[in-house]
Amino acid sequence: MSKVLRGLIWTAVILIGVSAIAIIALHRGEKINALWLVVAAGCIYAVGYRFYSRFIAVRVLALDAQRATPAERFSNGRDYVPTNKWVVFGHHFAAIAGPGPLVGPVLAAQFGYLPGTLWILAGAVLGGCVQDFVILLFSVRRDGKSLTKMAHEEIGPIGGFVAYLAIISIMVILLGVCALVVVNALKGSPWGTFTIAMTIPIALLMGVYLRRIRPGKVLETSILGFVLVMLAIVGGQWVSQNPSIGSWFTLTAPALAIIILIYGFAASTVPVWLLLAPRDYLSTFVKLGTIAMLAVGILVMHPRLSMPPLTRFIDGTGPIFAGKIFPFAFITIACGAISGFHSLISSGTTPKLIRREVETRLVGYGSMLAESMVAIMATIAACVLQPGTYFAINSPAGIVGATPEAATATISGWGFPVTAADMHALAQAVGEQTLFNRTGGAPAFAVGMAHIFSHSLGGTVMAIWYHFAIMFEALFILTVLDAGTRVGRFMLQDALGHVWKPFGQTSWYPSVLATSALMVGAWGYFLWQGVKDPLGGINSLWPLFGICNQLLATVALCVATTIIIKMGKARFAPVTLLPLFWLVAVTFTASWQKIFDSNPRIGFLTHAHQLANAATPPVGAARLIFNDRLDATVTAVLIVMVGLILIESAILWWKVISGSTEARVCETPFVATRFALEEK
Amino acid sequence: MIQLRRACAIFLETLREIFDEASYTRFLESHNLQSTASAYAAFRQDNEAAKARRPKCC
Repeated sequence: MSKVLRGLIWTAVILIGVSAIAIIALHRGEKINALWLVVAAGCIYAVGYRFYSRFIAVRVLALDAQRATPAERFSNGRDYVPTNKWVVFGHHFAAIAGPGPLVGPVLAAQFGYLPGTLWILAGAVLGGCVQDFVILLFSVRRDGKSLTKMAHEEIGPIGGFVAYLAIISIMVILLGVCALVVVNALKGSPWGTFTIAMTIPIALLMGVYLRRIRPGKVLETSILGFVLVMLAIVGGQWVSQNPSIGSWFTLTAPALAIIILIYGFAASTVPVWLLLAPRDYLSTFVKLGTIAMLAVGILVMHPRLSMPPLTRFIDGTGPIFAGKIFPFAFITIACGAISGFHSLISSGTTPKLIRREVETRLVGYGSMLAESMVAIMATIAACVLQPGTYFAINSPAGIVGATPEAATATISGWGFPVTAADMHALAQAVGEQTLFNRTGGAPAFAVGMAHIFSHSLGGTVMAIWYHFAIMFEALFILTVLDAGTRVGRFMLQDALGHVWKPFGQTSWYPSVLATSALMVGAWGYFLWQGVKDPLGGINSLWPLFGICNQLLATVALCVATTIIIKMGKARFAPVTLLPLFWLVAVTFTASWQKIFDSNPRIGFLTHAHQLANAATPPVGAARLIFNDRLDATVTAVLIVMVGLILIESAILWWKVISGSTEARVCETPFVATRFALEEK
Repeated sequence: MIQLRRACAIFLETLREIFDEASYTRFLESHNLQSTASAYAAFRQDNEAAKARRPKCC
């Protein structure tokens, strides 16, 4: 293709992208078609990948096609395996795409579709993709070392310790929030609970098939499991309509929370691969398939967005979570824009699979673009709902009122008309008793997804599609839960092993039990806090999770900036420094507001103070006050720790730039790759 | 047509990697084993320790 033609094509892509963004941002009045969001995203991602990631690859990181990667040097067919770049891309994407890019955008839609969409696009192209790309490359150049090790070696001991603390904290809060999302999606829903319960015998059956009948044929087994799960969804309707059996599966939020806690503990302590491994495969299978189906559904249906670009809640009075667009939209949507958790994957399994150094661009930057597209699809799924319906599902009873009449009157009073009859009809259509106060994002996303599927992919059975969506979300959230509990347990054992050696032995059962109990107890406490919270829990816990996640991204970007400066490329440091500044502004402002804001719906301490001084304190006020103070303390400790790593990094940057300290990167020495010779 | 076939092959290879089928094949090759129930049990045991330490993203 000639240079002129290429130039013309890219000019057209840029013009189409700019036009789509202008339409999304400036359009008022009539409902906008969701395809504008898809077009804008596609063009921006294409331009970001073609030009910005190339600039980073060539000028900043100077990717070296001649340099051997750890996958080549330590190739052992197990952890280190030189792998086709598209295969690594798929593998990495499957690891980074979790519930975050689905739930965050749904919650942030309370501001309208515009703030979330713009943040997802800009945050991914300029922040999230850059973080994933540079951390992946730096890990590849350090034999696949973890973020914690890189922080320790490149910044100093505080860096390593803070990274460790941030990872543990984010895991605890993430697992608590994820469990709460599942509880809120399944409470009082016999159909959903039955379907998820059925995944246990299905997984056991898959385990037997996989081990005894067709050893190692995981794909085949996953397809079989998927068919059985679909049958369980259909059977769930019968169960929900049968008064006696239906009552077994109609559980309250506390009962579900206890079951999930027991599940988490068992998954971490009992060697139950026969259950967990097939469930994990099944969940990945359903996750990838559903994301692909959602993309097809949106393209086929190209629905109009009912949500306005901006709602009245940009003033900070939102019912789902309180606080203004800045900073709260930017911590509510982490995965999909920039997520610190990704730096763990980019410095975990993936660097050990990279065949050629130049492929880190596709895998690191490209996979994050794909995840960002998932977040755009989640925004669309939430915004196709009538705003009144969206707020009725997502608003807690403590804000809108406990009865359907009270809730609909409050929401209609905000200018988003909805009636109790509309909500009852919708609940009937999806096979639920009620859809009021289903906080957490998952039910709203499921209704949006069911709407898209039932109108585009055939069939008008909303109920089946709704429960398919609930099953899909709950299933893979539960696998995040069991994997996270195990990883957290190992991290605790590693740390405690420094205090007393036997604790570090991962096979020593007292240590396994103690650390598992510690981990489950920690996230279980946050889960219980959310279940008992009259405002639904998500209001306080999701921002806390967002702050932790973005603080971890701050640590990752500190490591990246330090290495870039040490490489003698300080002039290019703004590539990571600008997203770092932005995240510092966002997380520090959000933390300050969450701790000290005078609005009791935002500030933990003000809320605690209000409860303590109430003339007639609500039931369980002492517990609520303790929870507020605990949340404030967790936020404060994290922010102080990240402040320390920022100071330590800034001092180091100054010393390196001024020449008072030798700039020494801890890279593995150059070894020539044999793959380059093979290609000649 | 050739490119489509290649794309399908890579897609399948990706699924095999994600679902550990490729890893199992490598295990069988490195240990000179045939695929049997006991070989798969040995693979799971070998694979589980490494896999259990991998976080899943939010």
